[in-house]
Formats: sequence, structure tokens, C-alpha cells
Amino acid sequence: MTIAGRVAFLAAVALVCAGTATARAQERTVKIGVLSDMSSLFSENSGPGSLVAARLAVEDFNPAAHGLKVEIVSADHQNKADIGANIARQWFDVDHVDAIVDMATSSVALAVSELAREKNKVLLVSAAATSDLTGQKCSPNTIHWSYDTWMLAHSTGKAMVTTGGDTWFFITADYAFGQALERDTTAVILANGGKVLGSVRHPINVNDFSSFLLQAQASKAKVVGLANAGGDTVNAIKQSAEFGLSKGGQQLAGLLVFIADVNALGLEAAQGLVLTASWYWDMTEGNRAFTKRWRAERPGRFPTMVHAGVYASVIHYLKTVAALKSDADGRTVIAKMKEMPTEDPLFGKGFIRADGRKIHDAYLFEVKRPDESRYPGDYYKLRAIVPAAEAFRPLKDGGCPLVTN
Amino acid sequence: MFEIFGLPSQALFGQLLLGLINGSFYALLSLGLAVIFGMLNIINFSHGAQYMMGAFTAYLLLQYAGIGYWESLVIAPIVVGATGILIERLFLQHLRQLDPLYGLLLTFGLALIIEGLFRNTYGSSGQPYQVPATLQGGRNLGFMFLPNYRAWVIVFSLTVCLATWFAIERTRLGSYLRAATENPVLVRAFGINVPRMVTLTYGFGVGLAALAGVMAAPIYNVSPQMGSDLIIVVFAVVVIGGMGSIMGAIVTGFALGLVEGLTKVFFPEASNTVIFVIMAIVLLIRPAGLFGRAA
Amino acid sequence: MTEGTLDTAAMLQRRETPRSLSVAFAVTVVLLVAAPFVVYPVFLMKALCFALFACAFNLLIGYVGLVSFGHALYFGWASYLAAHAAKVWALPPELAIIVGTATAAVLGFVAGGLAIRRQGIYFAMITLALAQMMYFFALQAKFTGGEDGIQGVPRGWLFGVFDLSQEMTMYLFVLIVTLAGFLFIYRIINSPFGEVLKAIRENEHRVISLGYKTERYKLVAFVLSATLAGLAGSMKALVFQLASLTDVHWSMSGEVVLMTLVGGLGTIFGPLVGAFAIVAMENYLAPFGQWVLVIQGVIFVICVLVFRRGIVGEIANMLRVQL
Repeated sequence: MTIAGRVAFLAAVALVCAGTATARAQERTVKIGVLSDMSSLFSENSGPGSLVAARLAVEDFNPAAHGLKVEIVSADHQNKADIGANIARQWFDVDHVDAIVDMATSSVALAVSELAREKNKVLLVSAAATSDLTGQKCSPNTIHWSYDTWMLAHSTGKAMVTTGGDTWFFITADYAFGQALERDTTAVILANGGKVLGSVRHPINVNDFSSFLLQAQASKAKVVGLANAGGDTVNAIKQSAEFGLSKGGQQLAGLLVFIADVNALGLEAAQGLVLTASWYWDMTEGNRAFTKRWRAERPGRFPTMVHAGVYASVIHYLKTVAALKSDADGRTVIAKMKEMPTEDPLFGKGFIRADGRKIHDAYLFEVKRPDESRYPGDYYKLRAIVPAAEAFRPLKDGGCPLVTN
Repeated sequence: MFEIFGLPSQALFGQLLLGLINGSFYALLSLGLAVIFGMLNIINFSHGAQYMMGAFTAYLLLQYAGIGYWESLVIAPIVVGATGILIERLFLQHLRQLDPLYGLLLTFGLALIIEGLFRNTYGSSGQPYQVPATLQGGRNLGFMFLPNYRAWVIVFSLTVCLATWFAIERTRLGSYLRAATENPVLVRAFGINVPRMVTLTYGFGVGLAALAGVMAAPIYNVSPQMGSDLIIVVFAVVVIGGMGSIMGAIVTGFALGLVEGLTKVFFPEASNTVIFVIMAIVLLIRPAGLFGRAA
Repeated sequence: MTEGTLDTAAMLQRRETPRSLSVAFAVTVVLLVAAPFVVYPVFLMKALCFALFACAFNLLIGYVGLVSFGHALYFGWASYLAAHAAKVWALPPELAIIVGTATAAVLGFVAGGLAIRRQGIYFAMITLALAQMMYFFALQAKFTGGEDGIQGVPRGWLFGVFDLSQEMTMYLFVLIVTLAGFLFIYRIINSPFGEVLKAIRENEHRVISLGYKTERYKLVAFVLSATLAGLAGSMKALVFQLASLTDVHWSMSGEVVLMTLVGGLGTIFGPLVGAFAIVAMENYLAPFGQWVLVIQGVIFVICVLVFRRGIVGEIANMLRVQL
């Protein structure tokens, strides 16, 4: 055998051995995989921070007290569906990972959701946005936490249209998430009497938005909607300031903006931006306590609703596994998770619907002006609360095959 | 506001101007590539990575030494050019006798190393770099709002390109360089230190890439992969312009920027690919490139 | 690529298969048949697809002396078409693969026709630029799914009889196709056609002076290389049930160059070994994310500077056999 073949053989054998480590007689082992974008476009919104959140969740759950042993692994899918799917497949097949959390990109989430269904494991998505995960592509093995495009579209879109921003131009990232966001927001705009004057699609991770911004300016739409996320949104906002978009009377609507983006932009550039989130670190004592612990490992940053979602989903998952008292397959665990109401220090009390959608309130925030911010991280002021019952797409509208009418 | 071919003139002129700005980067980068290839017969695949290093040097100078944009314009090309000289001395000179494709593979490997190292250290998302205070703001030209900085980009790159062309085609040093490419042995016999000229020329070409990087820093996201997609377009530009022709590289760079801008107006989906389509057409009609000497 | 990579005298002299090759082939087959029982089969299938890809690439670079820097074009687009054929047109796997492979052949013909017009470095740059153009096209075309790719590709039933969703069945299929492709390439190299190709690599002008239309030979070799790369890509789409932008990106082109370089340019088994080595390395280093890029670059530099013969080339040189 060649040297390379030998190395591969040994590596694989080691992996297999590690994966089949038998649990001690009284303890069950649960393995959780944090699959996220650790180094690219979304690494600040999810990434390593999600790993920290997962660890904090396991700590707080105290597995030993429930007779469980919990292991956490993590990997970087670099925003590529094929890399993500490969890692997930290997985790499920060889490494005996029971649940995968976070996800960070809609295209990866869709691919891994299929895999989780095929291998009958658990997928808890906190970081991908496409509402298809609880719609047409819903699965008995997947639960969608934190947010989705419908929630964002309805909250931000409706707020802007009903306050005068009734003509829109979209700058959209050309993949599942961006298209879903544009689609969902367009539906809200039209339903509220507004008009979409045009849109332009861009590949993700693009550096230069100048030509797209020029088109947006030429359209004379009152609102320029950014249906993208992460570094793309940050770039677009920076460059729109360069091109004097707001001076020309157009308002910028970031359809998915995280506190990490506001952190990167600075209040000077981001002030006045209206955005929707399902969690903000400074809203409750529980949130602040979690943030303090989280920041000890991620200095200079603030946790986003993604990180909160990872924490909450891991806690609820572990509670469910403990309650089931025996090794169960993915579908059984998910069904039990939907049965049990959720409760955690971050999202409070809530529940999960039949289509896999976690239900909680949504909040409309506005970014503070620099003079309004009193301490680091004091970025948002609350504009409105969208109660849980209205925040997410009605169950019957999703087209999810799991929902029996 | 009038219409051309059914499209508002504002859109057209605006995109053309943006196209010229992009074209300045194409021209600057293909100039560096053309100089290196024309003089040294080396395809410098790491040109994109060196462009990125120029931008990062500007960012680092600002971040850690408080050195601003104007000084970086001078310092960064020198620093990165020095690394280029190091590369030439350590690696490239050993490949001189071999097939030039080995040089391509080596510089490709170097590009991967450089990009990978920067990615590991800084992550994939960009670093902030502001437009220098003196160039902030812009003016409303009527058909579009032109940021001052972007106007500066066009003017400065044009100047640098013409200055380089002049230096190579019209000065004595340039003529030594050109002679050394054609017949190094003979030129050496005249007492001119050919290896040193080659090394310095490589450094100069790399410095040009870094200069383009510094200029890109305020407007394009300073990220480790900023060079890798750009470099392939620049390759196409050089193929179209004709390798080894300095003026060809400059003219083609600007021209292709314009064409890309036009395409964004009339056929935006094709804006990424139009340069390659043109390359294919040029290859069919004139394989040596528009300005190239027949190979 | 004429200096220092091959022992050309040895290549030109023998007529029948040397014993070293037969032995190496037998060993390879035995190992690959036994492997899936100890190693994760999906990993092996990935390595096999890339091995075929690298062998196809090696045909062009090692035996004709043409460096194509855009081979991902054929690999990736075949992958897309095969995925589309299997998923949307609901074709059985064997037909889906044929669709993918045919696509690669057509693309190879068009691209090759354009690229052959120039030599050496220009050829490389043209192949790169054409591949990049098709990358952007893939990015925007509706049917490729853009950033999401084509997901959920069914593996189907081979010839209506064999269930490819069973890992071992799929593995056997991939193994047989890869070995068949490998043998086919070997046959091409050791035919009168192959001799002309090798002669073109040594001294094209002399071959022209002998009356051969070298352009035609180069084009045929190019198309064959592209077709086999497409075969590899089609299989990969079925193995992973996914076709994505990664497969058409220039970094994929760079990877196949790396695999062939590491394994040994112009050797028969080089690309096979190189593919396994690189895929194993990437797998092992996956937790370290971005370091893979750096290490790939370092390997490139080392290979070009001091290790031009590659793994198999060095072994063959040491043992003084042909591999």
C-alpha cells in the first residue's frame, strides 16, 4: 500500500474507533455537532460564537445529573453546500453524531436537512433563514429556531410600507436565502399596497456593490431592500454611504442585519437602520447574564440571535433526550421536542409547531445614533413587538407535507 | 435625461464611468503582468495575491502604525516589491532554464500559500479601510453622483500606466530591459548585470500590483480573496491585449472596463463573462492578441 | 514540460506491458476491492472519482505536454448535467452519466478548438479563462441552482437492477468505471496515436515535418481528456447526490494539477496515488479549515522545485521500473 493509502487507512480506522467509543453502562453518550461558517462571510453572525453558545448550553444543562455524557464537535463548511453535506454525512455515518446545530447558510441547511431525514438524525437550525425549511422542504428530522425569511419580511417589510416606504428596489444575494427573502418581502409589500420597481441579483461575497447601487438609485425607489446577509450587507451599507444613497432621499432597509454587522459598521454608519431580530442581549437579565459569559470567550463582540438560538435549541434537545430515557432515533426525538414546551433563560417560554417552526416573539429595532448609545453594545432601541402568534407564517400557508389539514 | 437604445442615459453614463474605474484596475494589474512576462517570460500567478498584500499592507500600516493612505501609496509597493525580489531570488531564478509552465505552477503555489496565510490570520470577511479624508465626498455630475475617490483612481492609474510605458519604451533603462529579453547573453557581454535587472524588474511588476492594491483598499473590501478572482480576468485582458505589449495591456485594460460597464447596462447577466467571450473571439480572429507580435 | 520528468528512452522502447505495470495494477485492484471493508466507502468513492479526473488530466499534461488550467470546466459541468438528468429528467444512472460525459466531450471540443490555437503558457491561460467564464455562467444559470447547487440527486437503479443507494453497490460501480477509464487511458497511451502524442510533446516541429497534422492530434487528445474528466464528474454527482459551484471553480482545476504533480506527471499510476494522497490529506486536515490551502501551496512549491517526478515517479526511478 502506498504511504498515502496507509495514512488514509489509519486515519479512517482511528475515526471509526473514536466513533464507536462505547458508553459506560449507566451513561448514555450524546454527540452534538456544531456545523457552521467558521471563517467566511457569516463567521461573526454564527461561527465560533455558536460553538461557545453550545458549550454554555451543555454546561447549564449539567448532563451528569441526568445520566448523560455530552460531546461536542465542530466543523467549518465555508458556506459551501457540498462541503457541509460531506461533513454532515461523515458525522452521521462514521462519527456517530446524533444532532447537528447552527448551519449558518440556507443552501447548506437544505442539503443537510435532506441528509438528516435520510439517516434519521436530528437537525436544529438556528442560523439559516430560508422559510422553505418549515415550508415545502419541511422534514420530521428538522427544527428551525431563531428566525426565518417570513418573519423578517413581515416585520421589517410591513413596518416600512405602512410608514411611507411603498416603492422598493431589491439588491438580492443569488441563493436560497436571498431569493426567499426577496420573495417573502415582495409578498408583504404587495399585500400592503406597495410596489416593487425592480431588483438585481449578485453572487455572495461580492466586494463591489457600486453598479448595483447605481441601478438602485436609477430606479428612484423609496426603499432599497438588501436581501443579503453578513459581509455582503456590511459592504452594501458602507458603499451606499459612499454613493450618497440616503442623501438622495432613499432609505436603506437591511432585511437581515445582526448585531455583529452593526458592530462592524459602527453606529456612525448604521444609525437609523431598521431591522428585525428575535433576541437582543440587553433586553432581560437572563440575556445579559448569558452575554457576560459568552463575551468572556468572544471579547469585543456581542451575541446574536443565532447564538441565542443555538443555546436554546441545545438545551431543549438535551432535556428531550433525558426525558426519553433511552436511545431514540431522530424522528422520535424531534416529535418529543415538539410535544414538550420549551423554556430557557433566553427565549423564555415557547413551543415548536408541527412543521418544525419554533415560535417566539419578534422585535422591530432601530439602530441608535452614536450620541444615544451609553455603553459598548448599546445599539438598539425597540420600535415594536410582533407577538409570537403573528410573527411567523401561518401553519396552513407553508405547504408543509407534515401538516395534516 | 434622454434615452439611448431605450435606456436612460443616466444609467449608461454612470455604468460607463464605473467601468472606467474597474478598467483602471485591470490596466494597472495587466501592466504589471505584462512587464513581468514581457521582460522575464514568467507568468506571475501570484499577482493577485500580491495585489491583496498591497491592500493589507495599507490596512496594517494604518491599524498599527497610524500611517495613512498617502504614505501607504509609497510604502506598500516598496514593501511588497521587496517580497517579490525575495521570491525571485529564492525560487524563480532556479526555474529559469525550465519550461515557463513550471514558473506558472510555482507562482500558483505561492499564491495559495499567501492567500491561505492571510485567510488564517484575518478570516474571510473584510477589514475596514476608509477613504482618505481629502478625497471623501463627491460631486453630482448630473447623470450620476461620482465619489471623489473614484475619480482619483482613474486619474492616478492613467498617470502610472503612461509613466511606466514611457519608462520602458522611451528611456535608456527601458531599452536595456527590452534588449535583455531578446538576447540576455549579448547584453551581458556589454557589462550589464542582467540577473539583477531581471530581479528588479520582477520586484517592480509586483510593486505595481501592490500599488493597485492600496488604491483598491478604500473602495473594495480588503479581504484575502480579493485578488484571486480578479487575476483571472486580468489574464484574459493580457491575452486579448497581446502578451509582452505594454501599451496593449494598458489600452485593453481600460477598454475592457468600458465594455464591462456597457454590458452591465444592456445585458447585466453577462457582465461577468463578457471579457472571456471577447477573449474567445479575439483568439479566433487574431491569435496573437490585438497588439501582440505574432508568437 | 520536456525537461527532467520522464525517462523517455524507456517509454519509447517497450512494446508489451512491462511486468512492473501488471504487478502494480493487480496490487491496486486487490487493495481497492478490499478497502471499503475498512475505510469509509464514501471517502474511497471520492478518491476514485478524483483519481479518474487526475488520470484524464495526466493524459494531456504528461503525454501531450499541454497544461490545461481549466479542467474543472469539464468535471463540473458534466457533474451538473448528470445531476440534472438524474433529478429533473429522471433518467436512470447509466444514462445520466452518459449525458454528463457527452456534455464534457462537447465542451472539450469547443474549448480545445479555441485553446489549441496557442501554445504553452498562452494555452494554459486560455483554458483558465474559458473555465472561469463557464464558472460565471454556472453561477447565474437557473438550472445549476447557483450557490445552492443541484441537491437531492437520486442515485437510482443501475440498469434497473442494481440499487445504487446501497453504499457497497455504488462503490463497486464507481470502482469498475474508474478502472475501466484507467485502462482506456493506458490503451490510448500505448497505441500508434499515443506515440504520435508523445512525439508531439518532444518536438512538435519534427512531427509536423513528418507530415502529421498535429493540431488534429492535440484536439483529439484534448477531447478525450475532457470526456474522461466528465465521466469522473458525472459519477461524483451521483456519489454525493450533489452538484455545486465548487466543481467548476478554478481551485478545482488547481487541485487536479496538484494531484497529478504530486503523484507524478507522465506516469501511469501517478495520478491515482496523487488523488488518494490529496483527498486523504484534505480529509485529515478538514478540522483545520484554511490550512489546507496553505499546505496545498507548499506542496506545489516543493514539487516544482525539488520533487518534479512526484511520488510514483520517484519510486519508479528508484526501482528502475516503469510505473
